[in-house]
Amino acid sequence: MSTLVLAEHDNVDLKDATLATITAATQLGGDVHVLVAGSGCGSVAEAAAKVAGVAKVLVADDAAYGAALPENLAPLIAGLMAGYDAFVAPATSRGKNVAPRVAAALDVAQISEILSVEGPDTFTRPIYAGNAIATVKSSDAKKVITVRGTAFAKAATSGGSASVEAVSGAGSAGTSSFVGAELTKSARPELTAAKIIVSGGRALGSSDKFHEYIDPLADKLGAAVGASRAAVDAGYAPNDYQVGQTGKIVAPELYVAVGISGAIQHLAGMKDSKIIVAINKDEEAPIFQVADVGLVGDLFTLVPELTGKL
Amino acid sequence: MKVLVPVKRVVDYNVKVRVKSDNTGVELANIKMSMNPFDEIAVEEAIRLKEKGIATEVVVVSVGVQQCTETLRTALAMGADRGILVQTDVTTESLAVAKVLAGIVAEEAPGLVILGKQAIDDDANQTGQMLAGLLGWAQGTFASKLDPQGETVNVTREIDGGLETVALKMPAIVTTDLRLNEPRYASLPNIMKAKSKPIANKTPADYGVDMTPRLTTLKVTEPAKRQAGIKVKSVDELVAKLKEMGAVA
Repeated sequence: MSTLVLAEHDNVDLKDATLATITAATQLGGDVHVLVAGSGCGSVAEAAAKVAGVAKVLVADDAAYGAALPENLAPLIAGLMAGYDAFVAPATSRGKNVAPRVAAALDVAQISEILSVEGPDTFTRPIYAGNAIATVKSSDAKKVITVRGTAFAKAATSGGSASVEAVSGAGSAGTSSFVGAELTKSARPELTAAKIIVSGGRALGSSDKFHEYIDPLADKLGAAVGASRAAVDAGYAPNDYQVGQTGKIVAPELYVAVGISGAIQHLAGMKDSKIIVAINKDEEAPIFQVADVGLVGDLFTLVPELTGKL
Repeated sequence: MKVLVPVKRVVDYNVKVRVKSDNTGVELANIKMSMNPFDEIAVEEAIRLKEKGIATEVVVVSVGVQQCTETLRTALAMGADRGILVQTDVTTESLAVAKVLAGIVAEEAPGLVILGKQAIDDDANQTGQMLAGLLGWAQGTFASKLDPQGETVNVTREIDGGLETVALKMPAIVTTDLRLNEPRYASLPNIMKAKSKPIANKTPADYGVDMTPRLTTLKVTEPAKRQAGIKVKSVDELVAKLKEMGAVA
């Protein structure tokens, strides 16, 4: 039994999502190898080799893999899978993009966003926006799995001493190219890795108000900023702030929901947070059914007061 | 250019699903079923391409039980031209559906296949990518903008850090995210008109696809419930409580 893990990275740093994925891979039993596919990604391979539990790091360093285009990556991974029993990727936008393409190439069903490993072929995963948890058993000889990062502990970033081996694939498939990216620049912690998150909802009323009230509180707490779908749809916050079923799944130590009513789809993205605080003027809002501490009132007076008193 | 849009019949977005007491699944009897919301966005985008003169025909397909005809009629009422029902009573897994769609693509030769990024029942988020893999086509998943330009289509994608744009050689696969568009409501005259639009009846065997599931669901359970906590009356109380819980210093 051996497992190939797809590393999440930006060609410079190994991302935390990889660490939870390595933990899940370890639970399958057998050797865990990590694939670092990118361009000029040597530092990522070095970091991956130090992660506890990793036996080997495969590096595919090629301009064709720099932007993680699935048309180029999937054939590389499918080719490497001849030597593995399972392929495990983080359920990030990259992992979700490429893993099913690998599964199709291998003619196996993918098991998406697993929450636990119950056995070598049995897993739990959320369905219906997390309103039900299914235990599924795979009959495929090879497994293709994506891992929900918040459900597994992060593997230690030191203690490992994996060998590093260069691999190569066919490179560019010639069907797609990377045009450009508009990445949100922020000095704040990354949403999925943050210990504290302050999220704003539609009640903020405008993009200006969103930043005027949410940002100072987040800065005071050293928190990442999130948003409900309603706030993102209304243009108060960028798309990558969205927490929920179709946005980011988060589980910080402290989640502060400001002016968020708590639609099922939002709760699906944050209900595993350790402590949830809700500030909302509607005392019947569903967010209070999951909040550890609720405060009913006008956020425009309460939030600045809270920011001042912390 | 022809555009193919697969649509799935799922439990309506507004229904609060309940796990069956025997843990074999969720309660589906007498539950309102609708088109998967992401697929509505896909249908809308295809119709807009036709209205702009880029697409010539919008073909919708559904793989599933006989009642999927209703889902196809909804798409036809929105403005799609014709439907294909691939009828099966077997649980539809993404891989098998992707194989059926690959068979339909071989017959219909569309320039674009636009799919919802995930279905809100199994939350798998796989079919579009699998179809792209089976066909060897380029894929633009989680699209918030779609801009066909001659032989290529530029797709802006919602990714973890923001947005990225990729250029795909056509024919290509696109999967929709929430902010691509806001689907229209079908007007009454269009609902009436949709009744006379053609729907072809097919089976997975017509495409040589074995639908046998690869995954067995052993049980379905309720997620761990969160207990509602306390309500405080003031910011001072909130700060005190957070300190007591060790949430803030």
